[in-house]
Amino acid sequence: MLRLVNVNSYYNLVHVLRNLSLHVNEGEIVTLIGANGAGKSTTLRSVSGLHQVREGNIYFKGTDITNKPTEQLVKLGIAYVPEGRQLFRPMTVFDNLELGGYQAYKIYGKKQLKVNMDSMFELFPILKERQKQYAGTLSGGEQQMLAIAMALMAKPQFLLLDEPSMGLAPLIVREIFRVISELKNETGLTVLLVEQNANAALKIADRGYVMETGKIILEQDAASLLKNQEVKRAYLGKDKRGIWE
Amino acid sequence: MSSGGSFTDLLQFIFMGLQRGSIYAMVAMGFNMIYNSTGIINLAQGEFVVLGGLMMVTLTMGLNLSIPFALMITVIFVTVIGILMERFTINPVKSPTVLRLIIITVAVSILLKGVAMCFWGKESHYMRHFTGTEPFEIMGATILPQTLWIIGILLVIVVGFALFFNFTMTGKSMRACSINRDAARLAGINDRNMVMLSFALSAGIGAVAGSIITPIIQMDYARGALLGIKGFGAAVVGGLGNSFGAVVAGLLIGIVEALGGGYISTHYMDAFALLILLVVLFIRPSGIFGSREASRLKEF
Repeated sequence: MLRLVNVNSYYNLVHVLRNLSLHVNEGEIVTLIGANGAGKSTTLRSVSGLHQVREGNIYFKGTDITNKPTEQLVKLGIAYVPEGRQLFRPMTVFDNLELGGYQAYKIYGKKQLKVNMDSMFELFPILKERQKQYAGTLSGGEQQMLAIAMALMAKPQFLLLDEPSMGLAPLIVREIFRVISELKNETGLTVLLVEQNANAALKIADRGYVMETGKIILEQDAASLLKNQEVKRAYLGKDKRGIWE
Repeated sequence: MSSGGSFTDLLQFIFMGLQRGSIYAMVAMGFNMIYNSTGIINLAQGEFVVLGGLMMVTLTMGLNLSIPFALMITVIFVTVIGILMERFTINPVKSPTVLRLIIITVAVSILLKGVAMCFWGKESHYMRHFTGTEPFEIMGATILPQTLWIIGILLVIVVGFALFFNFTMTGKSMRACSINRDAARLAGINDRNMVMLSFALSAGIGAVAGSIITPIIQMDYARGALLGIKGFGAAVVGGLGNSFGAVVAGLLIGIVEALGGGYISTHYMDAFALLILLVVLFIRPSGIFGSREASRLKEF
């Protein structure tokens, strides 16, 4: 469904993505793990059109989408939930969701917007209770749910998720991950997930890539990655001693 | 006026202040709209007002059209100019820094001023009042029907914009763009179109301001700069980007000007607006209604 071929991205002179290639098949959850600064978020920003790709190509369902404007990618069915809960804080939860469905509204009209919104309230009942509140007053977990719900309002086929667990309590993280795998099973949503919490991510993922300094160094199915000694040591917080003893 | 007593004088000055202040408020709203969508100050804002006024003069005095019809054509005309300005001078800029864009707006303002001088000449133009010049008397002070029109139209515009920005999808997406541009784009909102829309709206509001003030001040091609500065003052005093603040500050500046002109000296009338601007910039640079935190985050 999504294919990156030899993608190179820069921040000014800093070479962030070095000949990065990866693919995500339809209906899969693929996770990208790696240390801070490895280029995980840049990968997602490049796919979503927020960051300029200097060399290489990105294909979505066979068509070249390299450096297409973000709003056009939304039309194609790609949604991106950036890290740090990018919401419209001074606006109400209801308004935020409505704006998330901007494209659905433009194409299918008000009725579809209402349908989409009701399905979001079903998925995240807490948002229904909070719909009149300002987005900035929600708790971290609720904000993350709102951010995901906003992306889903556009009824995407492909979801890019950046650090959904950042700064959240373990219970809420579990809830969010449960929703993600539920979406995959019920609606066939394809997900590319970037996570610091590699353990949780690998548990719901089908496959995983390990990234280091802008390159993919390892690609395996999620179960094998969870057992991989190197991955365990470097990303799952189990150091050598823990493993050997 | 000596027979009227001090209260009548005061009331008279306040009426005059409201009339001038309404115009400043509308210019300030125009500034805010573009500031919110692009982060820049459009220094051609005063020229929109001038073009609106002069166009209105031609249509009503030259072609003898009815006022509502002329107003409609004027607003459409200036709105189109606003759209053209954005499409041809702002939109094509490859790496739009705040400074670059502001200098472009200076260039556009000089251009518009020159064009206005070519078409309408250097003299000031008289335009008939909307509904007669017979003043009403309120508690000894007099108020022109045109002043009531000005205040009324300001009210309509404020309410209209409040409804637009809070209850329509387009209005909400314009706000969304100014709050968090990346998030808006991720929702599928075309931010460039929203910028164009903000230029259109702010040109439109400028045209209205020019149309309704012209019967009173007699428009000429060079008025733009001073109107622009007063409006900018109102926008800054109210807190850049804050429309409610702009209206309150616009009216406030108008009233202080009128009081200063009445009680101290008419020669320094224009200076009072700038004095308020300076005082606010010294004491509270984020404006009366602007939040300090927000102003620290903005680039300008």
